[in-house]
Amino acid sequence: MKRPSRDAREAVLGSVRSALAGGQRGSTDSIPREYSGKRHVESLPDLFRERVAEYRAEVRTTDSSEAPEAVLGALEAAAARRVVVPEGFPARWSEPVAERHDAFGDSPRLSTAALENADAVLTTCTVGIATTGTMVLDHGPGQGRRALTLLPDTHVCLVAASRIVDDVPAALAELDPTGPMTFISGPSATSDIELERVEGVHGPRNLHVVVVGDV
Amino acid sequence: MSGVDLGMPAFPDAARQAVRDAQLRHNLGRATNTIRNKRAAVVDELDDWEQLRASGAAIKAHTLSRLDTYLEQFESAVTAVGGTVHWARDAAEANRIVTDLVRETGETEAVKVKSMATQEIGLNEALASAGISAWETDLAELIVQLDEDRPSHILVPAIHRNRSEIREIFRREMAGSGTPAPTDLTADPVQLAEAARHHLRDKFLRANVAISGANFAVAETGSLVVVESEGNGRMCLTMPEHLISVVGIEKLVPSWRDLEVFLQLLPRSSTGERMNPYTSVWNGVTEGDGPSSFHVVLLDNGRSEALADEIGSQALRCIRCSACLNVCPVYERAGGHAYGSVYPGPIGAVLTPQLYGVESEDTASLPYASTLCGACYDVCPVAIEIPELLVHLRNRTVRERKGWFDRLSSTAMRGLGWVFGDSKRLGRAQRIASLGGRLFGRRGIGRLPWPLSRWTDARDAPAPAPESFRQWWERNRTGNGDER
Repeated sequence: MKRPSRDAREAVLGSVRSALAGGQRGSTDSIPREYSGKRHVESLPDLFRERVAEYRAEVRTTDSSEAPEAVLGALEAAAARRVVVPEGFPARWSEPVAERHDAFGDSPRLSTAALENADAVLTTCTVGIATTGTMVLDHGPGQGRRALTLLPDTHVCLVAASRIVDDVPAALAELDPTGPMTFISGPSATSDIELERVEGVHGPRNLHVVVVGDV
Repeated sequence: MSGVDLGMPAFPDAARQAVRDAQLRHNLGRATNTIRNKRAAVVDELDDWEQLRASGAAIKAHTLSRLDTYLEQFESAVTAVGGTVHWARDAAEANRIVTDLVRETGETEAVKVKSMATQEIGLNEALASAGISAWETDLAELIVQLDEDRPSHILVPAIHRNRSEIREIFRREMAGSGTPAPTDLTADPVQLAEAARHHLRDKFLRANVAISGANFAVAETGSLVVVESEGNGRMCLTMPEHLISVVGIEKLVPSWRDLEVFLQLLPRSSTGERMNPYTSVWNGVTEGDGPSSFHVVLLDNGRSEALADEIGSQALRCIRCSACLNVCPVYERAGGHAYGSVYPGPIGAVLTPQLYGVESEDTASLPYASTLCGACYDVCPVAIEIPELLVHLRNRTVRERKGWFDRLSSTAMRGLGWVFGDSKRLGRAQRIASLGGRLFGRRGIGRLPWPLSRWTDARDAPAPAPESFRQWWERNRTGNGDER
């Protein structure tokens, strides 16, 4: 592999240094952070549900005993037959899916063709953000590698109510920025034609969110 | 300075043509109006918007003040997680690096995530001349690429096209570069998006190389962030074996925590959403997930020179949200092409002359493409004082480019200085002016012959008052008693 040029590196850094020569070098302590670190929200799950639904995602609310029913309902609504269930997804919620659908994991690793052929994927998420209606996947157990939630046209995401935070600052504080992450706010969309929002381009066109109240 | 020739007429000529295009004005008026309202609604929801804005500005200003340190920190963080960092002084060098990296993979095509940096350096053209096809995968970029057009907006490059024009482009051009458009395609945006999905799908699944930019690069962790809507970004960042990201050196933020500010500011400012559908974060190479090789090209291309300008360097804070384009009365009427740069609108008018220099007529005309109304500053999420920068750059263009007109106007200014410097001379000049005022009455001055037509072609000049204030004072106050 071609090695990066040291000359260019020294030239760019040198040019930056001479541009900054004699100027004030700031300290991070002087950066004002007077924005709200925490927003007052009456009920985090309620706001989360409301905001997710505004992106035209399907939202279901349930408790853990009813969660499997809600998942089946979402899969049925999307007419999904072949369902990817990543390793580490809680078995108590995926068992009924395996009974009624053609469910399979990613071990051994699914080929791109097999993934493209799947109708839906079922995952958990790491953090939910109420104010923005966002789910954050850190692609750990129960979430799978990034491609799993990208190629199938339906994504069913379970969100534990206890994992919902008020806004972006609280979410980032929960996350470990050493691996890949995906922030998902509604189904794939575009506003490129006359700035009118249209749902469904390259990512999953159907997003079903199941908020599990007592977890 | 990259010396890239924009190859465009200067702004006044280009704008004169653009405002005559009724379809363009209609498309732009409609689109900018929609996005302005959406942005205002979601910004109003946050009662701490001004505080977020102040933090965003301060984080960026701080980063720039220690840019060398943060660049080195970022380089070691990326290297530690299996990425390779390259440095490029200018566009030609960046293009050479990327072309070589693609060649090493043995591939002759690459999928691309929308990226301002790669547009700025003309990467697609450079790759094409090396026999490599670079496929744009953002819907608007696809429209522009299929039509061999130029982007006219930072966020929505095809903002100048309406749905029926897009339908025609798809029907005419898609077959030439892959899956054709369905024969019964209508102008319904849902169908158009569906056609783009089908057209690009096999490119995503087949491609072995992806090229991206980044919205943010975190020095502390080596993380890169791409903010997008369609999922084309996720496709490019996840499916291919090789990923090359071209990142301007001003994209750095010090720490992971700093993103808590920008992930609130950017989506609300750009698409007018509380959050964009997809934000991807990645660090180097992750075993078993995504590309197995990762290269970052850190691009200078005029940025370090802009950094040396104490006032001008503010423009380097820009996070490319395009809110300033959407509120600008000049942009709304002239459209993005008139600016002759990949960076149009108010931010383009301050960024382009700094990145490319003010030697040419086209870049030197850009700081004048504004009424200085200040709407751009009001909406800027990192509080760049664009009007102040415009004035500063006007000043610079006059100082650095002494054309005949500039020499004439500085002679005229010296003359004015001489007249204003002495009360007797001023009095005499005003008496002459009021004669003119009586001649024109209250009508004002319409057209004047050249060279004064350079002013009066675009606006009326008020007629001088029939009596100056000094004359009035003399008539009413002098000698008729003490006021106190």
